[in-house]
Amino acid sequence: MFCEADLIGMIEGLRRAELRRWIAQGWVVPERSDGALLFREIDVARVRLIVDMRREMRVSEENLPMVLSLLDQVYSLRCELRGLAGAIEAQPDKVRESIARHIHRRRGGEPGG
Amino acid sequence: MSDNPYEILGVAKDASADAIRKAYRKLAKKLHPDINPGDKAAEDSFKAVQVAYDLLKDPEKRARFDRGEIDASGQERARQQYSYRDFADAGADHPYHSAAGYADMGEMGGVFSDLFRGRGRQRGGAVHMRGRDVRYQFTVDFLDAVNGTKSRITMPDGKALDLAIPPGLPDGQTLRLKGKGEPGLGDAPAGDALVEVHVRPHGLFRRDGDNIEIDLPVSLGEAVLGGKIKVPTPDGPVTMSVPKEANSGQRLRLRGKGVPKGKGGGRGDLFVTLTIKLPDRIDDELRDLIERWSKDHAYDPRKNTQV
Repeated sequence: MFCEADLIGMIEGLRRAELRRWIAQGWVVPERSDGALLFREIDVARVRLIVDMRREMRVSEENLPMVLSLLDQVYSLRCELRGLAGAIEAQPDKVRESIARHIHRRRGGEPGG
Repeated sequence: MSDNPYEILGVAKDASADAIRKAYRKLAKKLHPDINPGDKAAEDSFKAVQVAYDLLKDPEKRARFDRGEIDASGQERARQQYSYRDFADAGADHPYHSAAGYADMGEMGGVFSDLFRGRGRQRGGAVHMRGRDVRYQFTVDFLDAVNGTKSRITMPDGKALDLAIPPGLPDGQTLRLKGKGEPGLGDAPAGDALVEVHVRPHGLFRRDGDNIEIDLPVSLGEAVLGGKIKVPTPDGPVTMSVPKEANSGQRLRLRGKGVPKGKGGGRGDLFVTLTIKLPDRIDDELRDLIERWSKDHAYDPRKNTQV
């Protein structure tokens, strides 16, 4: 866990005021302990991502929540998809083949292709 | 992929620093690993783009490269940073996990309802957005705005808000009620209620900043002979002395009887402008008196109003 000063030191060009604003907007959700903010590694990486989006991709703060929300959804869907894939992987061959056939039929593709 | 930084960024050899920056931004938007979570090729391309940009954005390095003194290798970014996706992709045990992309599948019935029922729901989804501010308008009575008041108001949407009007509130002031706006999503706080307060005009009092003005009639006798009169003020009537030989238009000051000045303490003043009011009915005695008196005492009350 990192405190706010650590975080600001770690990320070039990050200003305290904007970090506070992002937290107030709920874009970054650090843990709180006795009134102090504690940042997990994922929070640090997320702040770095937001800094990249603001500075390098020129995403405005107005558009940021939309991008973040879509990103969160993509990552969460990936997570669920991976779980589903793992569950399918664990099935007997016959079941897996049957599932694969269903998926391809839905897509309009060739079974087993 | 080429290892020529100009080719990687897709810019000419004589491109300006600005053009290089623009090209980099465009590629970053396309190739940033966090917006291409499953695309390994994009990640590798992005690394190459970063290396190329690191070299070309530094005028000194760029010049040395152009002169052939250094090549594009050896520019690897020294520090290996974890990217957001390394964490976000690792599992659902973090506050940013969002069921918003599939929450409806749990309601479709069948196998998904068993798999996804309640998943992510207990987190409320992980879209964290502060609630929107809500704007209202509210009108208070003049004296409530001067003296301050507390009132429970019901808004058009049926929501009740406890509103504290601070003493001395000016017309048109907006009061912010923290957290009384629309609820936030996820862990984010609610928005605020912004209440624009209008002050209803008063029949007697007029406000001028921290001061209050009032027009007050006095009788002919009070004006000529002086006397004590009762003056209404925002916090009840007070007695004021009218000096002898007072006149219409004369302005008297009651210190500290105006509008409270807020945190600094103190109040503005109340200014009383006198108007001589003749009796509703002029009786014979008064008419005779004025008639006799006017014969030898002509005066021009309009001498200062000549154009």
